[in-house]
Amino acid sequence: MEANTTAINKPVHIRITASQRVFYLLGYLLIILVALCCLLPFIMLISASFTSESYIMRNGYGLWPAEFSTAAYTTLFKNGTDILHAYGVSGFVTLAGTAAGLFIISMTAYVISRRDFRYRNQITFFFYFTTLFNGGMISTYIFFVRYLGLKDNLLALILPLLFNVFYLLIMRSFMQNIPASIVESAKIDGAGEFRIYRQLILPLAKPGLATIGLFIALEYWNDWYNAMLYINERELFPLQYLLYRTLSASQSLSRIASQTGIRVADLPTQSLKMAMAVIATGPIILVYPFVQKYFVKGITIGAVKG
Amino acid sequence: MGKGTFRRELRKNYPLFLMTTPAVVLVLLLSYIPMCGLLVAFKDYRFNLGIFGSEWAGYGGFENFRFLFQSGKGWSITFNTIAYNLVNLLTSQALAIMVAIVIVEMRGKIFKRVSQSVIFLPFFISWIIVGTFVYNLFNYEYGTLNSLRIALGMEKINLYVMPYAWVFIIVFFNSWKWVGYNSVIYIAAITNVDSSCYEAADIDGANIWQRIRYVTLPAIRPTVIVILLLNVGRILRGDFQMFYQIVGMNGQLFDATDVIDTYVFRSLISGGDAGMTAAATLYQSVLCFIIITVVNAVVKKIEPDYALF
Repeated sequence: MEANTTAINKPVHIRITASQRVFYLLGYLLIILVALCCLLPFIMLISASFTSESYIMRNGYGLWPAEFSTAAYTTLFKNGTDILHAYGVSGFVTLAGTAAGLFIISMTAYVISRRDFRYRNQITFFFYFTTLFNGGMISTYIFFVRYLGLKDNLLALILPLLFNVFYLLIMRSFMQNIPASIVESAKIDGAGEFRIYRQLILPLAKPGLATIGLFIALEYWNDWYNAMLYINERELFPLQYLLYRTLSASQSLSRIASQTGIRVADLPTQSLKMAMAVIATGPIILVYPFVQKYFVKGITIGAVKG
Repeated sequence: MGKGTFRRELRKNYPLFLMTTPAVVLVLLLSYIPMCGLLVAFKDYRFNLGIFGSEWAGYGGFENFRFLFQSGKGWSITFNTIAYNLVNLLTSQALAIMVAIVIVEMRGKIFKRVSQSVIFLPFFISWIIVGTFVYNLFNYEYGTLNSLRIALGMEKINLYVMPYAWVFIIVFFNSWKWVGYNSVIYIAAITNVDSSCYEAADIDGANIWQRIRYVTLPAIRPTVIVILLLNVGRILRGDFQMFYQIVGMNGQLFDATDVIDTYVFRSLISGGDAGMTAAATLYQSVLCFIIITVVNAVVKKIEPDYALF
């Protein structure tokens, strides 16, 4: 507004103008509102899981645990073999899938990030095309079950999420920012492609690897859909699918009842559902602080020239 | 000539080709081979006869498509899918851009880090947990919403008979789930700006709004364009996990909430018509492909730097 030529001489810190005040007021209001919206459901979930069943029956779920009780958790862990199995399955699938996925995606991203590689665009399109055009649920299901025989096989939980074109593109953007001269000078020194990828590119791509690694891990940890399609055997249920069954199928409740020796009618059903959700979310949130510092560096979309 | 260059390139760069093989094999196996299954769309599919043994469908093979659209279902789920995608794209990106701009401008370091972490929470949970939230909030008997309404002396409301309320619920949870992730994309774009641009704006006496208008917004333009393009390519794909976990099998809500993907899924598990669901999937893929090809060609003409391929 007021184009003033003396701005240069003013020290920065005292220039809190009216427009800034308005901006900060609205800005902080927005952030606080969004943060509250993001936090509240978690608080409600946790408090409901610690509320006594009779209170919920009388008053419904609330924002705060009115009558504190750990009955939901003691019931779940009285016979915790299902949960332990599910933790094992989810943990294994997440670790194996993330390691393999990260390896394949980063290696492919390295190739298509090389500007001197003639066929990089064709290969990229070969991958990108599958996001536009695909066989859909049925064909994939028939192919997996009838031709690959993957019913009740952990591979059916790993394979579908192993390769993600969107992550490939993020990783490529990231690697394109690594100066090409590094690759060139390594080649002059006689290093092979795989060695350049492993010893030079991977260390430099650490923020990208951490970010994409977290994304892949989240997809595996949070997957219930593939389990719903391909897994019938209870021992192979991942955590999220076990939660889904607890929420939606009454036979899961009667199973808990028979395992713990409590009558179905006496189960703390409503708080149990919430406790199960808390248990299923658990560990993956703890990973976040470790990768947070890489985050902003790791996701760069569209910021690369040419 | 083409073949010669390929062979030369293969000889020169065979390690690079070799390094893409795991991904190429995976994509062939998981994406390209199942595409053959779409042949079912043109068949009168009988499970015992298999894909190739089944008879061709009537109307020159297009019986399944005719059936999908004649029931009226095809149009309404197409409309819902596109409308939800557009509204979700606009609301979630607008919110993320605002959040990103404010976070970058914020002074307090601790407040900045804490709020950013909190905003990222929804990104970490599965749609099942979101479904649990929805149950916790809106369940008629025990939901928090009704607990609060009773505490305030109001009547309970049953949202499960109000289909159009779910439009807002879905749009809300979509923006809610992705705001942390999307805002980081924009924060990355903003922090990539040469700081001398901001200094120059300060020297010219720009106020904070002008600085955002003339420095920050142009800086995130490439990101916005790429995200728009990527989403245009998915305009006919509904987020199955989101719709299924929020709406579930509540038939009363389908008018306002059914998208192509949920419809296909329900037809399948109700033992339904494989041919018709394949037709819906094929129609979805073909339209996506045409739309993105046209849009990409237009972008390539106007600003070649931003074209996807």
